[in-house]
Amino acid sequence: MSPLEFALTLLGISVGAGFLGSLVGLGGGVVVVPALTLLYGIDIRYAIGASIVSVIATSSGAAAAYVKERLTNLRVAMLLELGTTTGAVSGAFIAGIIHSRWLFIIFGLALAYSGVAMLRRSQRRGEAVPPDRWADRLRLHGSYFDEARGREVAYRVTHTRLGLCLMYVAGLISGLLGIGSGVFKVPAMDLGMRIPIKVSSATSNFMIGVTAAASAGVYFVRGDIDPFIAAPVATGVVIGALAGSRVLPRTDSRLLRLVFVLVLLVISVQMVWKGIR
Amino acid sequence: MSALEEKTKTKTIDKPVGHFELVISELLRLGVTLSLATILVGLGLMFAHHPDYLRSSADLARLTTPGAALPHSLHDVTEGVRAWRGQAVVALGLTMLILTPILRVAVSIIAFAIERDRVFVAVTSAVLAVLLLSFMLGKVG
Repeated sequence: MSPLEFALTLLGISVGAGFLGSLVGLGGGVVVVPALTLLYGIDIRYAIGASIVSVIATSSGAAAAYVKERLTNLRVAMLLELGTTTGAVSGAFIAGIIHSRWLFIIFGLALAYSGVAMLRRSQRRGEAVPPDRWADRLRLHGSYFDEARGREVAYRVTHTRLGLCLMYVAGLISGLLGIGSGVFKVPAMDLGMRIPIKVSSATSNFMIGVTAAASAGVYFVRGDIDPFIAAPVATGVVIGALAGSRVLPRTDSRLLRLVFVLVLLVISVQMVWKGIR
Repeated sequence: MSALEEKTKTKTIDKPVGHFELVISELLRLGVTLSLATILVGLGLMFAHHPDYLRSSADLARLTTPGAALPHSLHDVTEGVRAWRGQAVVALGLTMLILTPILRVAVSIIAFAIERDRVFVAVTSAVLAVLLLSFMLGKVG
């Protein structure tokens, strides 16, 4: 394969990764890492470096549209970033102490469980959201225009403190295991804080950029980001994310939830497999 | 801010797109556009300097296998960009891409300060502090 063929095929795959990633609020690492290692035989170090770049590209690429359309809840995002960033730093700190084999299995199973719980939640619509003084005081509630339903949807946020704790855990796991943190952010917002799935996804998409940027600096200095691999990935992912950000507002929430749960289950199998191997 | 104002603000949950959202959104768009343009120029330079990249498969292995000399410090990048080296120009674009979300956090602090939202100025400043801390820890470790 010539470098030109490599760049063009990788660009195509990355468009798909960015599209999927921007829809479900993940970075697209689920697609980029296996594609690079299995299809092209790229070293895992460079694959992870490229996937970090893809997370930032997905986040910034799609967020421009999501923020403007008020799908991203900026206040929730910035509050929760407090949890994810501190979690990520502490995770990176204790990464050497804890044996990660069991963590992969435990959190892989936890992920599968939250996937099932998210599916079940879709059947219990229209439940009253318990009031939360914190959410009131921090003015976290919001509304967005749902193009699929053709109307404005107002929502109330709840369990703010629980959400913040869950985000700390999400950051901790991503720091410890080096996996994308979006996978735990969306369930935490959806199941814990009862935020609509589209808003959860767009808000998670917004937050992952910051977390990834923090670790990207480290990877860059270490020399794990290969420009020739990262360039087509970044370009393709941005194109895919822009397309995804056009599709998300029009997508039916139930379909989106289903896609998310499927991706979640794939990642949980990947994680458990890593632990067992 | 008076207690009454606080109360009315809590009630206006569905306000339209504010100034804040537009600023953040435009900042991200600008960051992505500039970095992507730089990355593409760099990629173009790589192919222009090495026409054999269009055919030779031996070059691919050299480009994508660890051990290659990658630009991975600010010094490498600035030196390389001056010499119009493709890899360094791509690296510059990637650096801009990485800095975009961090710049976004910094700009939010200013935006919250203008809105006189003290709690969120504190929250966002703390996030920025943790980010900078993680950068420093990364360099040490």
